[in-house]
Amino acid sequence: MVGLISNDVSIWLTMLVVGVFTYATRLSFILIFGQREIPARLRQALRFVPPAVLTAIIFPELLIRDGEIDLSLGNEWLLAGITAVIVAWFSKNVVATIFAGMVALILFEIAGF
Amino acid sequence: MLIPACLALTQVISLPRVTLAPAHLPSAYHRSLSGHDEWLPISLSTMFSARSEFFAGIKAEMPILLGVVPFGMIYGVLALDAGLSALQTQAMSFIVFAGSAQFIMAQLFALNTPALVIVITAFLVNLRHGLYSASVSPFVKHLPARWRQVLAYFLTDEAYAVTIIHYRQKEESPDQRRFKHWFFLGSGLALWTTWQISTAAGILAGTLIPESWPLVFFIPLTFIALVVPNLEDWPSVLAALTGGVISILAFDLPFRLGLIIASFAGIAAGMLAESLRPSPKIRRIESEN
Repeated sequence: MVGLISNDVSIWLTMLVVGVFTYATRLSFILIFGQREIPARLRQALRFVPPAVLTAIIFPELLIRDGEIDLSLGNEWLLAGITAVIVAWFSKNVVATIFAGMVALILFEIAGF
Repeated sequence: MLIPACLALTQVISLPRVTLAPAHLPSAYHRSLSGHDEWLPISLSTMFSARSEFFAGIKAEMPILLGVVPFGMIYGVLALDAGLSALQTQAMSFIVFAGSAQFIMAQLFALNTPALVIVITAFLVNLRHGLYSASVSPFVKHLPARWRQVLAYFLTDEAYAVTIIHYRQKEESPDQRRFKHWFFLGSGLALWTTWQISTAAGILAGTLIPESWPLVFFIPLTFIALVVPNLEDWPSVLAALTGGVISILAFDLPFRLGLIIASFAGIAAGMLAESLRPSPKIRRIESEN
């Protein structure tokens, strides 16, 4: 019970801190730094944040099953993920990608490679 | 409940606008435009331009909202599945109000990630809002601090996208420039309202979906849908691949530190690739400066 409560409090606190940071980032140049320019290097780096961070989350999700790297055809998540990558590349559509990936996962699980 | 709240908000922040009401129009003209002046502390002609800009902002946001609705619903379903309560799921949409960061946070909460790692990751992902802030700051610098504090809350990807285009367009009339922040507010509020309602719809849907469904798979799928279409040149492909491979290699590190290390490695790889062969886009930006 104590564990549950502290976990709950930690979720709320984390959320609040992230909320404050996010708001501060949005407010930064509008109110605080005024007209100061963003350094070119930082501007360049920011472009790579979404691909780097999101892929760093995607890869372990798809490749690591039960704590082990699984590159075999028996890894349905990996196969469905690759299907989704192909659909995302050609359709550039969030809903189509998620739909295709879900259907692929269900089919691969039924097929049971 | 949301709509009265929005109306109340627009009125609270309209208070400092009193001094900006154009004085050169005859008062009879003011009166012909609306009958609600007695409870509004600003002049009618101000209201008229502000209102048309406000609704233009909502209208411009509409096509984007079509894509936001499923995204918000998926977030609601997912966050519940990740173990957040319905209240926490909805509160995150109020407090953080940033789609991709909310998805990542839900996923990291589900993995029992230490709070500090979640905060750092979300901060990294939301850093781009600093760019938006710098980009709109010349257009809002004449506004009172309170207006700017409110607008900053609405500075999301989706509101920024339509607002910056509107700011950069030539004004139809000299007065229009003075009311363009209402467009910003309109697009931001339209997105905000849609995001809150679709989160709530996702929470409702999430309670109806059987537990046996592999909903957890929504997260990597959503991220694939976000990343893949934006891999527009080889530095960003390299950033993605490096981030992915390092996160596998560093997976066994404690506190999910591998995620942070992989993120920085991916960013560094992208920058290195770009310094070796600048893409046309970057060359153009540099030549403009």
